[in-house]
Amino acid sequence: MNAFPATLLIFALGAYVAGIAGALLFQRAERLANGIGFGLAAVGGFCGVLACASALATGAVTASQSFELFPSLIPFVRFSIHADALGCFFGMIVSLLGWALSIYSLGYARGYYGRKNVGVFGAGFNLLLLATTLVFLADHALFFLIAWEIMALTAYSLVSFEHEQEETRNAGVLFFVMSHLGTGCLILGFLLLFQASGSYGFDSFHALGNTLPAGRRNVVFLLFLIGFGVKAGMVPLHIWLPAAHPVAPSNVSALMSGVIVKTGIYGLTRVGFDFLGTPPNWWGVTVLTIGTISAVLGVLYALMEHDLKRLLAYHSIENIGIILMGLGAALMFRHSGHPVLASLALIAGLYHTLNHAVFKALLFLGAGAVLHATHTRNMEDMGGLAKRMRWTALFFLVGAVAISALPPLNGFVSEWLTYQSLLQGFGTTTRLIRLMFPLSGAMLALTGALAAACFVKAFGITFLAQPRSNPARHAHEAPFPMLLGQGILTAACVFLGLFPTLFLKLFDPLTQQLTGQQLSQQLTTANGLVLSGGGAQGGTVSTLGITLMLLCLLPVPLGLWLLFARRSRTRIAPTWDCGLRGLTPQMEYTATGFSKPLRMIFKALFRPRREVQREYDFSPYFATTLRFESHVEEVFQTRIYRPLRWLVLRASRRTRALQAGSIQAYLIYIFVTLLALLLFAL
Amino acid sequence: MNLPALVLQLLLLLLLAPLVSGVIKNWKAKLQNRRGPRPWQVYFDLAKFLRKDMVISEHASWVFSFAPYVVFLTALLTGLMVPMVHTPAPLSLYGGVLAVVGLLALGRFFLALGGLDPASAFGGMGSSREMTLSAIAEPALMLAIFTVAITAKSTDLSQIALSTQSATGKLLNPAHVLAFAAMFVVLLAETGRIPVDNPATHLELTMIHEAMLLEYSGRHLAFMEWGASIKQLVLMTLFLNVFFPVGLAGPGAGAGALGLSLLAFLAKLLALSAAVVVVETTNAKLRLFRAPDLLSAAFVLATLALLSTFLFH
Repeated sequence: MNAFPATLLIFALGAYVAGIAGALLFQRAERLANGIGFGLAAVGGFCGVLACASALATGAVTASQSFELFPSLIPFVRFSIHADALGCFFGMIVSLLGWALSIYSLGYARGYYGRKNVGVFGAGFNLLLLATTLVFLADHALFFLIAWEIMALTAYSLVSFEHEQEETRNAGVLFFVMSHLGTGCLILGFLLLFQASGSYGFDSFHALGNTLPAGRRNVVFLLFLIGFGVKAGMVPLHIWLPAAHPVAPSNVSALMSGVIVKTGIYGLTRVGFDFLGTPPNWWGVTVLTIGTISAVLGVLYALMEHDLKRLLAYHSIENIGIILMGLGAALMFRHSGHPVLASLALIAGLYHTLNHAVFKALLFLGAGAVLHATHTRNMEDMGGLAKRMRWTALFFLVGAVAISALPPLNGFVSEWLTYQSLLQGFGTTTRLIRLMFPLSGAMLALTGALAAACFVKAFGITFLAQPRSNPARHAHEAPFPMLLGQGILTAACVFLGLFPTLFLKLFDPLTQQLTGQQLSQQLTTANGLVLSGGGAQGGTVSTLGITLMLLCLLPVPLGLWLLFARRSRTRIAPTWDCGLRGLTPQMEYTATGFSKPLRMIFKALFRPRREVQREYDFSPYFATTLRFESHVEEVFQTRIYRPLRWLVLRASRRTRALQAGSIQAYLIYIFVTLLALLLFAL
Repeated sequence: MNLPALVLQLLLLLLLAPLVSGVIKNWKAKLQNRRGPRPWQVYFDLAKFLRKDMVISEHASWVFSFAPYVVFLTALLTGLMVPMVHTPAPLSLYGGVLAVVGLLALGRFFLALGGLDPASAFGGMGSSREMTLSAIAEPALMLAIFTVAITAKSTDLSQIALSTQSATGKLLNPAHVLAFAAMFVVLLAETGRIPVDNPATHLELTMIHEAMLLEYSGRHLAFMEWGASIKQLVLMTLFLNVFFPVGLAGPGAGAGALGLSLLAFLAKLLALSAAVVVVETTNAKLRLFRAPDLLSAAFVLATLALLSTFLFH
């Protein structure tokens, strides 16, 4: 890499370090700690975006070298980083979010004044950004694992930041346990790779899979799939995600759902496309299947939520599923020897990674602003916020349209690319691809339509109609920095949606590195204004053209208005209340009611249960009190994790007999172990 | 981009759409031994709505007033992406089937938000049902279109039409017939027809589309109704010209060929309307929770279509 981006990148890392130190140093002065901590994080994020984007755009990444960040005193460990194309791409994502979220946090952290230590909060936020950036850039397995652990531990402490509530503590512990389950698998995986290559450097792992025996290679793949899959939140390893993301402070939720979940995707891409060589077919089949299941189940569970942040967390599972569909398709194409199609699928998956980071962070920031204003996450207590929080409502709406994969925003573009890569699989001769891909495509359509239903609910119940509670009635708009942070991400959603052809160039060094192809020329036609599926016969789409044409058609309704309705007047009046004495918020449609048809249709999955208690004096038609409760069973908790936990607890209880507390017994254990080792050595 | 073609197709969409709704209404009445409104009554209705004053709910936000324009414009725009009397469609380059489905979903998204905004329970009920049923219909729709897209190796609607046209006998291919059947079911659902929704009802507990429009009046209502009829025409055109492109003029056709193609299109449109009328008259509306069964049947048909492409490819 030439000097400019590298220096800027080091500067960004330095800004995070300075942010940690500054925030901790001035923790007594809250305002100062807030300004220094999040201000420096914003500077770091901004520099990081500039560095990574310019390195990718100029193609400087291809020439980048590995270098040591600082000399290591520990044997085996080298603190070396290498900003290659894949690392730079993910570095760009974390920096972009770091920038926008830090600006938002300048306003959000004010809510903690006098209650919490803002200095520690700011330092933790900087540390999380630093560790995540290093995860993407690390060029050495042990350094990677150290950064990975720091990231996990910092995330754990930030999730538990509001530890006064029991829900938060439980979620934190669940996150901690699951995360370390994953790390354990990663350590084993890296050790197996080390055994084969004799070095922990990532460069020695490159295409190592081709030389490994098949059995060992499959074990390594499975270990990494579980290890990174936990972090990515893929089904069935996802259960920590909807617990942990909602309870964290909203800026941290945004960072976790936007970026930290993506470290799993980064890891899978790194391992699947860089380390393990040409994959056997079942890897791709597995990833594609898991992706499809995650996408559908994620959105179905999201629909059942009326906790705004939990709803968003479930959507992360859905979107990880969509990303995995792209990656799985790419693996299958790689196996069948179609590097161009593999690159297309890879671009689809990674573009969706970037897009999901942007709109999910935006939505979490919106949820944070709403939480800030109404002090509740329960959508059933919201409503009418579009009039009270105009800007937040607009930003949230943009995010909702983007995540529902509706044109012309960014979610549509990456899902369009995913569809293209799935459909073009039919041109190949592999039977499995030809059968699986269109069905996955249909499931993607189901996911998209359900996501739209879910966000009609999320936006409609939260922001539209009458306020359903007093706090919602007296809600106020968020302070300026919080709006600015959301505004940046909204602009990014629009920009990534309307000008995808510009961004495709950033993928050239990336696909060059991983599949040896450059697709940006093939994927654009008509002077770069139109996105093409590649090849002469693939479909085309132009989000920019769609937007411009919508504007060009606007004179039609406006002309009709002028022609016919010039003299018509508009009156503001109450909604028709069927002759009752006015509509009350109790009469509005609820979030639970909104998703009821889907709960009924998918009742085999949800196993809904409801309890109605009614008290009446003389006739059941005139109830004096009514209590209604409705539950949805979370199959994975009740069917998999609860029995598993029970087994683990029982096994631990059995093992406890060994730890009797008697010194004599312990001495015998030591003696027996010693004997066993000696025998083994003989 | 071919500007005259674009303007002509735009006019055709704007003017033909209400007429199709009117014709269906009229024929339905005839078949049920009623006299029914004249086919062109819909134009008068729209003009009346446009002239009327508007009443907007005090609870509604800007989204409520924004929605009719989104519904109307997205329906119009999708109409320009579907080949109507000639291939390629005027805006073929700007998006194929995925963009058409996406834009219609965008319109539906705002329609449903507009239903929720006035705080009336009816609107919310309509929005909830609309989003649910469309979510179930969408995979069947996509899979049916994928089946033909796969044969044509393109998601571009004009390419698909050309490919279906080029090979005679393709129309009788089992894959094609099955996809055609699946698409017909989806068409009924997406245009709010019996057995899924009843366009004539205003009974609280059964309506879906009409429930969302309850609080709309004046020109907003006009744009909503007009948008809905344009959407219906677009879906019918998609069904006719993509799955059954008989008589569709190819690229560079002369005026005579275009005229013939227009006649063929109108004839096919009337035949399809007649089919819709027969289905609507001979069937009862399904209970809400039976509609997913029908749509799943469409999905199964589409899957079979896909499997048979696999077998006969």
